[in-house]
Amino acid sequence: MASASVLEFAPHAASQASLWRHLRGSLKGSEYTWAIAFIVPYVAVFVTFVVYPACYGLWMGSSPALYTSLFADPIYQDTAVNTLLFLGIAVNLKMFCALLMSGFFMRRGWWVKVLLMIYVLPWAVPALPTFISIHWMLNGDWGLINNIFYHVFQEDGPSWLNGRWLALGSAIYSHIWKWMPFWTVILLAGRMAIPQDLYDAAKVDGASGWRQFVHINFPLLANLYLICTLLSTIFTLGDFNSIYFVTGGGPANMTHVLATLGIRDAFELAQPRLGVAAVMSALPLMIPLVIILMRKLRTAEVQL
Amino acid sequence: MSATVLSRVSIPAHAAGQAGRTARRRRYMTEAVAVGFGMLMVVWTILPLYNMVMVSLESHSDVFTDAVWPPHPSVASFWIVVTEGYWYLEYFWHQFGNSLYVGAAVTFLTLLIGTLASFSIGRMRIRYGWLVSNAALLTYVIPASFLAIPFYRIMQTYGLSNNLWSVIAAEVTFATPYGIFIFSQYGRSIPIELDESARIDGATPIQIYFRIYLPMMAPALVAVGTYALLLAWNEYLYQFLLLSSKRSMTVPVALAQFLNSDEAPWNYMMATAIVYALPPLAIYYAFRGRMTAGLTMGGVKG
Repeated sequence: MASASVLEFAPHAASQASLWRHLRGSLKGSEYTWAIAFIVPYVAVFVTFVVYPACYGLWMGSSPALYTSLFADPIYQDTAVNTLLFLGIAVNLKMFCALLMSGFFMRRGWWVKVLLMIYVLPWAVPALPTFISIHWMLNGDWGLINNIFYHVFQEDGPSWLNGRWLALGSAIYSHIWKWMPFWTVILLAGRMAIPQDLYDAAKVDGASGWRQFVHINFPLLANLYLICTLLSTIFTLGDFNSIYFVTGGGPANMTHVLATLGIRDAFELAQPRLGVAAVMSALPLMIPLVIILMRKLRTAEVQL
Repeated sequence: MSATVLSRVSIPAHAAGQAGRTARRRRYMTEAVAVGFGMLMVVWTILPLYNMVMVSLESHSDVFTDAVWPPHPSVASFWIVVTEGYWYLEYFWHQFGNSLYVGAAVTFLTLLIGTLASFSIGRMRIRYGWLVSNAALLTYVIPASFLAIPFYRIMQTYGLSNNLWSVIAAEVTFATPYGIFIFSQYGRSIPIELDESARIDGATPIQIYFRIYLPMMAPALVAVGTYALLLAWNEYLYQFLLLSSKRSMTVPVALAQFLNSDEAPWNYMMATAIVYALPPLAIYYAFRGRMTAGLTMGGVKG
């Protein structure tokens, strides 16, 4: 009888003990408690301020009726086009110029180092003051650009922020101006990590600068360049400041992107659900990007 | 005989001299092109910053002229900012203090929460720690502005709207993932044997954390701390949405308020912008080496 009860109890106790052992791994009991205590603050932050808002947002934007009214809105249609243009032009132009600039900064000489210090200024200065400055600089009547234009050509320059395409171009310019130095520094570090031997060997073999780029720089930088481009696409998708402060979405709401349109709908029109829906309409683009990036970044330390 | 030798020698030597000269000339040419390109780049970089400085040195009437150089440069606008002599600036130093407070709190909490989590994941190897690092990575690649609307609503239900702590919470949320990323990458370079021998000597995890882990992580702490401080100081959207009263505002929100007036006092605004931009600029150049090292350790984020 007694033995039977032991037999009955043993598997249950054993499974509980093994689960416990499985969970704590090689840690002693008190150490496991500490490990849990150490990780709880971050888990709490993640659940309270990421998971909960994200689920709340999904719930707010879950009604299909929202999307029919959203897609019928001509401002939204313009915004979708602007967002795609902004992403396609700003990201690629910025990354390509950053790649070229990082090659330039591989040059030797003290003046190149001084130049690099100046070149990173846009990244080092907070975004807001410089975007406000650009907004005034591009003012059609009294801005610096048109003043220079007037002094050089004795003619009035275009009003940069009063037409859709020039205004969108101005916002793209501001975004590139602000973020190109950052990506240049990243790609420069990538180039510096390429062993000098490779270049020396290529020189011995008589490879020209172009062939060096094709056979050494490009294959070794390709993965980094890809990661940077994907990451930059996501960050650019979320870029609120360069549109909000340079064009303000104007003229006549023609230069919004999804990030600014969401805020406008939610706070200026007091329709938070519509704002969430505008942001959520970027999910079909964002989810694949996030998945690819998560895979790439998890193994990034090997390549970088 | 000797003549032929001479001619044989002299011809290649002459040709070599010419080749050397053309090579040198080409080098000068490329150098000149590089210098010219560099100058163009300086103009491109400086232009908006020059505009900021120029307008801040002008008087209100000079702002609305076609000048490309301040006609009567003066630091009067800076004096107005420093003495809070304009009604948009009446709480300037209070707001500056708010920004400092937010920056300090975000830096401290990011370092604390980030190091504790990475210690638990990377050093104590807690089971399912990879789930937490993936959660951090996911947060890192989600644009913060996309969560702004629900975040605002939630802060209202928590009763934290118009409270600096709601901003601190938001910015810790978006700075900590980068911290965890950098800490776990950097932590791999510290031998785990250090922890193990301390364990055998009877050290508790909290002793290992304070005596071994934190001192060894100092470079990563500087990199992430600088990152968090600059993020908190520079961020605009969340501060704008969450802070509404003049006394709870931070400097960037107050700065953007200027744009609401019909004829913005651009010279005061640019002077405020410069005062606001100087601290992060100084911090950036002071910790530039560490920050760049942190960025290239594997994390990349604006």
